[in-house]
Amino acid sequence: MKQYICAVCGFVYDEEQGLPSEGIPAGTRWEDIPEDWQCPDCGVSKSDFEMMEF
Amino acid sequence: MTKPLVIVGSGLAGYTVAREFRKLNSDQPLLMITADGGESYSKPMLSNAFSAGKDKCALSMASAVQMAEKLNATVLTETSVRAIDPQQRQLRLDGQEVVYDKLVLALGASPLKLKCAGDAVGEVLQVNNLDDYQRFFSRLQSAQSVLVIGSGLVGCEFANDLALSGKQVTLLGRAATPLNRLLPAEMAAHLQQKLAQVGVVWQSSNQVVSINRAAQGYAVRLADGTSLQVGLILSALGLRANVALAEQAGLQTERAICVDRMLCSSQDSVYALGDCVQVEGLHLPFVLPLMKSAHALAKTLAGVPTEVVYPAMPVTVKTKSMPLVISPPQVEECEVELESRQNGQRALYWDQNRTLQGFVLSGDCVAEKQQWTRVLPAWLAEE
Repeated sequence: MKQYICAVCGFVYDEEQGLPSEGIPAGTRWEDIPEDWQCPDCGVSKSDFEMMEF
Repeated sequence: MTKPLVIVGSGLAGYTVAREFRKLNSDQPLLMITADGGESYSKPMLSNAFSAGKDKCALSMASAVQMAEKLNATVLTETSVRAIDPQQRQLRLDGQEVVYDKLVLALGASPLKLKCAGDAVGEVLQVNNLDDYQRFFSRLQSAQSVLVIGSGLVGCEFANDLALSGKQVTLLGRAATPLNRLLPAEMAAHLQQKLAQVGVVWQSSNQVVSINRAAQGYAVRLADGTSLQVGLILSALGLRANVALAEQAGLQTERAICVDRMLCSSQDSVYALGDCVQVEGLHLPFVLPLMKSAHALAKTLAGVPTEVVYPAMPVTVKTKSMPLVISPPQVEECEVELESRQNGQRALYWDQNRTLQGFVLSGDCVAEKQQWTRVLPAWLAEE
């Protein structure tokens, strides 16, 4: 499971947790999130996120 | 040899265009020129980074060298462009000339300077880039009290963040309430209360007359005759688009560089985006318009002419003590419908035809952002 960070506001999408409040179930892989999805905090597009490694 | 695409500026606008362009074109040489160190960082994060303990290093996502590698680009740092010659498609730097195929100006905006008397006006800080932030961060280590001058978005965000970090904060504005230009009076009053609850002292309808050095920090005299002693002064009076270079090159400018829907200036092959432009008259120095522009411009530069489309783009205000989302109405003469709940407020702006033109959501109501954004008319609709 990976995490992706919004390059603009720092919001983190965690595949393990998903975003149930936005209708994205836990475990949803980044690739399976629609391309027109937007950062819930600042509104930038999915392509403005970067994968984060630990 | 193919002439390079040249991008001047390495803020969010410059680097986002570069990144999106590279996704579409991997061979054309790409040259980036920046007056600062060329670190990739997000400016919106600067106004609430102190309470999170972040310094310049923590905010810098990649160095200029890392960015050059990632983008397969040359990144010239600490380099100023002295002049543009649009006829010859050429730039003059210090001691060197550069030719371009296409030029992108992502020059940003500069903070308005505080004007007042005193021997310490020059020591007032402004935070408009990573180096500014680092100076601010270092100075804050020994300053216990801070005066924030200017109660717009940035001033309110800094005031809130510093108060949450345990600093004694005074927020000073010319208006009766903070954020008065963007909020209905009731919500602005509420913001003032929420800020007061975390210790922000609000100096309303006031101005700074003079700033002088004192034993511990500064002695500040205000227009209402009172004075205060503070350890650090931050000015957040707003921004002005950087247009000097464009003006000198003969590009059409008003309060910002004038560009069309293709982000093209009045000169062929010279494009511009971000805080330094107005797109068909719209000057929107915020992140979302900039990102929309970067995505459209990258396509145009890669050979697929693409006009920028602006949907309604609400601004999230990072005032933690009272979360706010604001989509300012784009037409005048709206009727405001205000609803207060236990943990939040909602203001809706209706025009004469009962079309929703904007909104302000606070507290728990920010969760309604998507729902209301969906029904707002576009700011620059698809043609």
